[in-house]
Amino acid sequence: MRLFELSPPGKKVITGTLVFTAEDIVRYARKYDPQPFHVDAEAAKNYVFGGLCASGWHTCAGWMKTYIAYWQKEVARLEGEGLVAPKLGPSAGFKKLQWLRPVYAGDSVTYSVELVETRPLMSRAGTFINMTVCDGVNQNGETVMRYEGTVLEFA
Amino acid sequence: MLHFEDFLPGRSYPLAEKQVTAEEIVEFASEFDPQPMHLSEEAGKASILGGLSASGWHTSSMFMRMMFDGWLSNSSSEGSPGIEFMEWKKPVLAGDTLSGRSTVIESRALRSRPGIGMVEFLHEVENQRGEIVMRGENPIMMRFRNVEENAA
Repeated sequence: MRLFELSPPGKKVITGTLVFTAEDIVRYARKYDPQPFHVDAEAAKNYVFGGLCASGWHTCAGWMKTYIAYWQKEVARLEGEGLVAPKLGPSAGFKKLQWLRPVYAGDSVTYSVELVETRPLMSRAGTFINMTVCDGVNQNGETVMRYEGTVLEFA
Repeated sequence: MLHFEDFLPGRSYPLAEKQVTAEEIVEFASEFDPQPMHLSEEAGKASILGGLSASGWHTSSMFMRMMFDGWLSNSSSEGSPGIEFMEWKKPVLAGDTLSGRSTVIESRALRSRPGIGMVEFLHEVENQRGEIVMRGENPIMMRFRNVEENAA
């Protein structure tokens, strides 16, 4: 089964929701992005964002976390129905990543993925590249991030 | 400290070096991207990545820290609205040593935020063999050193 058969272009799939606690924001940021507005609620007041907020990379990693959880369930569901799940591979990157609003401590972000198009990869027979649009929306319905992703698929 | 005025097109700032460990690859992947090739050497070898390899989001996260330690912590950064593109060009494997640079492409003052400008960078991360493993472009907001001059 190919991805486009499971999830036709234009169909938005909700992958899950992640709550960004102050503890999680600071724990991630201390390792990977210790700018003051990601690690110190007091200091954050003096910056453009105005409060403790998640590293944009943390918001992106959250998308991946909910996606993998969704996908593992989906593969199990398909196998349970006797179907062969699409064989997805690694990603070569992304473009047009927008961090549209800060993700503040206590926000919950609901993520989604939508297939845009699929085409054969000329350099590798039997391999396809899928273009997706991925986004995250907070508890107020505001989009906080969006990007155009790619994922390989093996026929 | 580096301010908006310092970031002239063509100027380049080294990223801090980073040793990639198997332990860190597995730790990041366990929380955010638990796919087999990011969790074990055996599964990594069986994949097209050729070994225990970092999640692309982990590579991006490591790049962020390399940039912070390399030069961003010594700048007037106010964060970023996004990334134009990012390419994960080659697998980042356990045992790799990463290095790289951020190069200024262009910069402009922000009308909407007096005292702050946007600096566009090309970022390149390479491994110990000099192969580019990640590249991307993104704008970063920087405070001006001299706000009065900017406002005038």
